[in-house]
Amino acid sequence: MSLDLDQALQTYIAEARELLQDMEDALLRLEVDPNDADTIGAIFRAAHTIKGSAGLFGLDPIVSFTHIVEDVLDRVRDGDVVIEANLIAVLLESGDHMLHLVNVVAAQGEQLDAEAIVRENGLRIRLQAYQDSSGISHAVQVEEEIPLQSSGGGLVETDNWHISLRFGQNVMRDGMDPLSFLRYLSTLGEIVSITTMFDALPFADEMDAESCYLGFEIDFKSDADKATIAGVFEFAREGSLVHILPPHSKLTEYIELIRSLPESETRLGEILVATGALTQQELESGLSEQQTSARPDGSTTPLGEILVEQRSVEHEVVQAALDKQTQSKDSKNKENRYIRVHADKLDELITMVGELVIAGAGVSLLAQRVNDNSLQEAASVMSGLVEEIRDGALRLRMVPIGETFNRFQRVVRDVGRELGKDIELVITGADAELDKTVVEKIGDPLMHLVRNAMDHGIESASIRQAKGKTAKGTLRLNAYHDSGSIVIEIVDDGGGLNRDRILQKARDRGLIAPNVTPPDHEIFNMIFEAGFSTAEAITSISGRGVGMDVVKRNITALRGTVSLDSAVGQGTTVSIRLPLTLAIIDGFLVGVGKSSYIVPLDMVQECIELTETDRQLTRERSYLNLRGEVLPFVMLRDHFEVEGAGARRENVVVVTCAGQKAGLVVDELMGEFQTVIKPLGKIFSTLRGISGSTILGSGEVALILDVPSLVQQAVNRESQHVTTRQLTH
Amino acid sequence: MGALAKNEIYAAVLQQEKGQYLTFLIGGEMFAISILGIKEIIEYGNLTTVPMMPDFIRGVINLRGAVVPVVDMSARFGRTASEVTRRSCIVIIEVEGDDEKQDVGVVVDSVSEVLEIPAADIEPAPSFGARIRADFISGMGKVDGQFVIILNADRVLSVDEMAMLSGANGIEVSSEVLSIGQQ
Repeated sequence: MSLDLDQALQTYIAEARELLQDMEDALLRLEVDPNDADTIGAIFRAAHTIKGSAGLFGLDPIVSFTHIVEDVLDRVRDGDVVIEANLIAVLLESGDHMLHLVNVVAAQGEQLDAEAIVRENGLRIRLQAYQDSSGISHAVQVEEEIPLQSSGGGLVETDNWHISLRFGQNVMRDGMDPLSFLRYLSTLGEIVSITTMFDALPFADEMDAESCYLGFEIDFKSDADKATIAGVFEFAREGSLVHILPPHSKLTEYIELIRSLPESETRLGEILVATGALTQQELESGLSEQQTSARPDGSTTPLGEILVEQRSVEHEVVQAALDKQTQSKDSKNKENRYIRVHADKLDELITMVGELVIAGAGVSLLAQRVNDNSLQEAASVMSGLVEEIRDGALRLRMVPIGETFNRFQRVVRDVGRELGKDIELVITGADAELDKTVVEKIGDPLMHLVRNAMDHGIESASIRQAKGKTAKGTLRLNAYHDSGSIVIEIVDDGGGLNRDRILQKARDRGLIAPNVTPPDHEIFNMIFEAGFSTAEAITSISGRGVGMDVVKRNITALRGTVSLDSAVGQGTTVSIRLPLTLAIIDGFLVGVGKSSYIVPLDMVQECIELTETDRQLTRERSYLNLRGEVLPFVMLRDHFEVEGAGARRENVVVVTCAGQKAGLVVDELMGEFQTVIKPLGKIFSTLRGISGSTILGSGEVALILDVPSLVQQAVNRESQHVTTRQLTH
Repeated sequence: MGALAKNEIYAAVLQQEKGQYLTFLIGGEMFAISILGIKEIIEYGNLTTVPMMPDFIRGVINLRGAVVPVVDMSARFGRTASEVTRRSCIVIIEVEGDDEKQDVGVVVDSVSEVLEIPAADIEPAPSFGARIRADFISGMGKVDGQFVIILNADRVLSVDEMAMLSGANGIEVSSEVLSIGQQ
């Protein structure tokens, strides 16, 4: 059981983190639209669920703090407290603190450190300002007392609460331990007596060990109000019977209770007398009274109606139950749409699919060799299916970028305050999906770029107004799919980069020769060079120790590229281009010399033969005429320094990357190939132009070309070549 | 029994312990490597050359689905690359790097045998004279009155160092102007 609880706790922690994230998002939405009742409801439910579940695990620090937050939120929901910036600020900080509580108390099982306690106390004081001074619980009690007094005599003597519990059969299957409810109940007061009701227990051969057949009759001494006590059993409510009678309840309520419970009246009566909830006399007079006043038509009044009539269930509890119901409906919908799967299992599956793809390629190859038509047909049907499985498996890991983007709402808000700038974050393309592993790794570089844009990019309000711009700065995060990659853009409408200053810096560092002036976009992209601290390059505000070169390195490690464009006075756009997945791609197999290479298929535009005339000219120039367009090309044979005589015929694979066309001259074209990417080891970490490897159907290894870096290499080589010539002349 | 006595016994056991070593030929000279790191020995073949890499990296092979780099030991010692013959083999060795283990293949001219060399028969490496970087040698084993160089696989096949060397090589290839000479 303790193992189950551990697992349940892990689930709780994961859920609490998600809820807190939702809560934060909702609060930020609320900042824009303070009257959105749905959003307020969502925040309240998030806090409510976190508190309720924390109670189940006995995580008192979380319960006690969240309770205050919930109280304030409840008042917001009822319209007693008006939403304003300070309240949202306090609630956001409270959310942070709750996350801290979850991380420390629930996840690590430790106590808060002194700093956190100081923070908590501060928050408590600030939250109290929004709490009703008389307190909600007080209001409930008043409401409770009035009908009791007006109904006159017939009160039982005992001043204990009486709780009748009949757990639903599924309570354990739903992951709840009846014992933990009782344990939690005892934190609210003293359990005076408890009787276990096992009348529902079937015969041994009919009993299902996973079902719960137990019930309890509890006399409970506590100062807590009914809503709090009812809250204890909130999660068991579904399928379970929970009756709570306040101290000094009317005798009739006890009788009603006895009648509504499944066990026989006499047995229950005896128990109640035995536990001291009722005296013998009270019981007898009660039962006889009940019989005389029974309805003439003999029908039984529905339980709920009786309870409401008798005001034993107050408004508060009904409301809570309703909340609970809608909430569990919500979560059920979610559950229907999502299954929680361990990421490792997915990775294993994708590795296996990778092997399947390789094996499938082997079969196709053999089928071709055997020259048996029906076998070839079967093999091609199979590879079609394998392809679908591959795509399906990869899609499993795809997540929308929106979640990552939304995190920045908070960052932009906080950093904006810190810097004293009013900046709005506009998110577009949140639906664009990419591999989870990529999403996880893109967070840090994005964070750096966003902060950079806010700090160095967007000017302060006064400067903006002087320049005739709106005082409010805008930062855009945009994502879209483009030929097998995802492009993420970070756009600010700030001052733009200072081209001359970067050029000067680059010349000082010897990155650009003094007499050469490259095109603007090349100059801008200089800031991604190592040792080219952004702080020095753009403003005098000190950086955070992480330069743009680190951003670039992180993105390159994901087989991505980053580029930057800027217009003075209008802003800067940073574009990150990333592969959708890190596992499998569609490739185009080409041969150079004895080796095979893969070109990512998304980049291949067309293939043409290198004509004899063009071959003749390759010594002088490396471009050809593609239907009137100039197409620069790279001779892979020369570039890779392949030994041996050239092939009799050569072909050009026309590729595009980042809107640029280029040709790759290869010996042989071998067609499409599903490529399972195998990383080349660390030894090859410095190798440029090759991004990985794959295994062909024949068992041979083929290398995957990194087209953008190949083109870049060719560009560098040529510009250096030209520069040398200029220098030597 | 005191801790000291235990240590003495342990030391004595170490002295008597016989390490097992795989011996092989590279350029006619015999070398040995402790078998603890050796995973398997396969026939030479199906090697894919990786362009723009220094001589000592012959390429990569497919080892049951994993792509494993293959190092030419002779070129790594700074000699000429090994000739491939009928007897050429690839020895797959697990190398421990800074943070992870990696399999590396080594091309050898031929594999000889597995020998037991007692720790007592292993002399420390000479500071020079072996015509191999001293840190590559973990000791000189005495076998039938002859010395066999026992290689320190983790050093010879240091992934970090090889990556660094190929990086330097890469710069040299891609920027003739700067001409950072090969070390």
